[in-house]
Amino acid sequence: MNSEKQYIDLFEANREVISAHSTAVMNALREKAFEDFKRQGFPTRKTEKYKYTDISKLFEPDYGLNLQRLPMPINPYEVFSCDVPRLSTANHFVVNDALLYPTTPNKQLPEGVVITSICDYAAKNPDFIARYYGKLAKTEDDAVTALNTMLAQDGLLVYVPRGVKLENTIQVINILHTQVDLMVNRRVLIVVEPLAEVKFLFCDHTFDDQRFLATQVIEAFVDDNAKLDLYCMEETHEKNVRVSNVYIEQQANSRVNHNVITLHNGVTRNNVLLSFRGEDAECNLSGCVIADKKQHVDNNTVIDHAVPNCHSHELYKYVLDDEAVGAFAGLVLVRKDAQHTDSEMRNQNICATKKAHMFTQPMLEIYADDVKCSHGSTVGQLNSEALFYMRQRGVSEKEAKLLLEFAFINEVIDQMHLEPLRERLHHLVEKRFRGEFDRCEGCRKVQ
Amino acid sequence: MEEVKNEKNAFVRSVAEQKYEFGFTTDVETDIIDKGLNEDVVRLISSKKNEPEWLLAFRLKAFNHWKTMKQPNWAHVNLPEIDYQAISYYADPLAKKPANKELDPELEKTFDKLGIPLEERLVLGGVAVDAIMDSVSVKTTFKEKLAEKGVIFCSIGEAVQEHPDLVRQYLGSVVPYADNFFAALNSAVFSDGSFVYIPKGVRCPMELSSYFRINARNTGQFERTLIVAEDDTYVSYLEGCTAPMRDENQLHAAIVEIIVKDNAEVKYSTVQNWYPGDENGKGGVFNLVTKRGDLRGVNSKLSWTQVETGSAITWKYPSCILRGDNSQAEFYSVAVTNHYQQADTGTKMIHMGKNTKSTIISKGISAGRSQNSYRGLVRATANADNARNYSSCDSLLLGDKCGAHTFPYMDIHNDSAIIEHEATTSKISEAQLFYCNQRGIPTEQAVGLIVNGYAKEVLNKLPMEFAVEAQKLLSVSLEGTVG
Repeated sequence: MNSEKQYIDLFEANREVISAHSTAVMNALREKAFEDFKRQGFPTRKTEKYKYTDISKLFEPDYGLNLQRLPMPINPYEVFSCDVPRLSTANHFVVNDALLYPTTPNKQLPEGVVITSICDYAAKNPDFIARYYGKLAKTEDDAVTALNTMLAQDGLLVYVPRGVKLENTIQVINILHTQVDLMVNRRVLIVVEPLAEVKFLFCDHTFDDQRFLATQVIEAFVDDNAKLDLYCMEETHEKNVRVSNVYIEQQANSRVNHNVITLHNGVTRNNVLLSFRGEDAECNLSGCVIADKKQHVDNNTVIDHAVPNCHSHELYKYVLDDEAVGAFAGLVLVRKDAQHTDSEMRNQNICATKKAHMFTQPMLEIYADDVKCSHGSTVGQLNSEALFYMRQRGVSEKEAKLLLEFAFINEVIDQMHLEPLRERLHHLVEKRFRGEFDRCEGCRKVQ
Repeated sequence: MEEVKNEKNAFVRSVAEQKYEFGFTTDVETDIIDKGLNEDVVRLISSKKNEPEWLLAFRLKAFNHWKTMKQPNWAHVNLPEIDYQAISYYADPLAKKPANKELDPELEKTFDKLGIPLEERLVLGGVAVDAIMDSVSVKTTFKEKLAEKGVIFCSIGEAVQEHPDLVRQYLGSVVPYADNFFAALNSAVFSDGSFVYIPKGVRCPMELSSYFRINARNTGQFERTLIVAEDDTYVSYLEGCTAPMRDENQLHAAIVEIIVKDNAEVKYSTVQNWYPGDENGKGGVFNLVTKRGDLRGVNSKLSWTQVETGSAITWKYPSCILRGDNSQAEFYSVAVTNHYQQADTGTKMIHMGKNTKSTIISKGISAGRSQNSYRGLVRATANADNARNYSSCDSLLLGDKCGAHTFPYMDIHNDSAIIEHEATTSKISEAQLFYCNQRGIPTEQAVGLIVNGYAKEVLNKLPMEFAVEAQKLLSVSLEGTVG
């Protein structure tokens, strides 16, 4: 219980400070979150859900927290040039856990669309925030969600009203920037009303060579006939720890695409909990991991088919080099009356060295009889015949390997619905495999 | 064709009248020790079996370790907290046999009724049987004939007396006493089971089998089986089990250890038909078993085949440690659950040697309000170059109140391993049923037909006599699930 103690002490000592720099709606959940956190403690490797990543250990170091919410002097437009050619995006910067320029009105946005900080919006519309905040991310079920709810002071709110289709992709750039080891607790609330459509690209970056720990809770409400694309990309460094819990609730006939890409990182744990609450909804969850050195990436997904006639597809691919560790655990839960569920889960992995480890656990839990569910999982190497074929035709071994790995990962990238982004990622992945750049070209740090 | 159909009808009719045909009890005087578990009980069991000091020490070590452990709850079953003090740990139906007879005639009758003749002249095929009731081996047939080849086939109690060095060398070497909660319990209080030793170069001339029967009330059965296959040997071993119908749950916690040396091959088949409880989920056997094979030798081979139809709760993972280079392991399983039965079963394949191969074929069938889970682990360690695994787990759902679950784990620590896993879950297709109906096959029979076809891949791996029994069992267990 040592890791927990510092957070318990911290909260007890700074209750007032935390609340003072936040808003009443968020403060309302704090005490319960604190109790839930104290009761659960951090999961260890003995906890089945966390057996491949020791969360408790990740929270052990003494990180600083910016509870006073002092602004960080940074001009992101100067230090980051983050654009994807031909992709019209609206950029929003989150530095550590604060939205930069929250009050700047964005004129390009269609009427009614809100992109702002939770605190700002809550000042005028507390009921709106209260209706959604913490409703999916239950503090009693997960210690990290509890910790995040207990410490988070602000967050990003995106609200797309009924029938509005946002053409531009909302690009949210999370920048970690300090001079000391820092822990940040990010919070995102996405509300997509009926018939509305919105696309997101979240990019995670580290600006300084410090140890960072970022917890992130994203809650997304996708109403009837609405569409949400949520792409997350991590490009951080080996001292970074990221624990992300994404909660998505889908109503009838809605569509969700969620794609998580990990290129550079330290230790990452991504949880996705998606539940179907209305019939005829569909989701695509996918992810790819390219890891080397001592990178550790653990993706954990739960798809909860609570109602009939929903479709889910899942595809995760890993390429592990050096001493990288990859883990994937996916659960498809088909509840008692969720007849005519159609669910497919695939996880394919390549271990390129003896010291790379892959753990995979594709699970099905089914309580309805008229369903079609399947899962497949493989761990293997590149096809030696394909390699031979290419070498016969004069392609060098190294190049042939790259081509095959590239093709392997591309299946995931091709699931994305944004063509310019796909192209950019193809390019990025290729660079990543070649080891030519240590970070993304478009998003690179300008010194 | 007509004949076959009639025979099937007759069979279905007979089944409809009597759901679990092995549910009778035998009225035989049995020496049962008092309920409860403590060090004295462990000492008492050991002294009743006249065991050497080292074995008592082994039991006590296991018992002391067990006291520190907790009943596991990770399986996808609703296992109640068992009162280990309310069970009697030793029941001996032989103790009060008539003085002038080798065997109580009642016992003989019981095994006759179960279709296990203990008189050698009555046996048609070449199957040697070790019949075990409660805590004691009643009789082992064909012992002498096997001894001619040097094969040792007897109860483990007898082996302790007559071949103590062999038992001491191998007992607990595959499943250590501290392995898990139920293994520790078994190591402390185990009673009879079979001991098989195949000396170097011998191909066992007949199928070996043991038949386990729980008879006495409020007892548990804690059998222990040990099979050692020396270099260049082959043996096929079958196991069957039944219990009377009772309202209370009975505990069966067994350990099976198999050692396979260079170029040896062992086939282990189980048809598990413990009493599953009634249609309201009352009674039934808790089948909590640790089975493991150690493929120590190069080119060794081990194949587990199981047909699981009985037991209120099944918790069973026959596993293989592929230590020897080029060793091969197979796991074929059909698990059927009906009414309120719960099964959490599967396998572990631990690849350690080079060029090892394993295959897992698991077929789950759930009906009624039952829960059926496959849980399996495939691990390739850093040294397991070129490890190859193929797993396929299919689930069939017959009814909308049952559950079918799959929990596969793959831990890969080697870059040359190729591991594949696939699973599907579905119900019986309407089209198939319609096709059968169209041709005059009533729905109930059609379901039986389709289920048997579905399980064929596994049933084909069973020895002939068992395959027939298993096919019958499948139909019995699914009785009343249609409509």
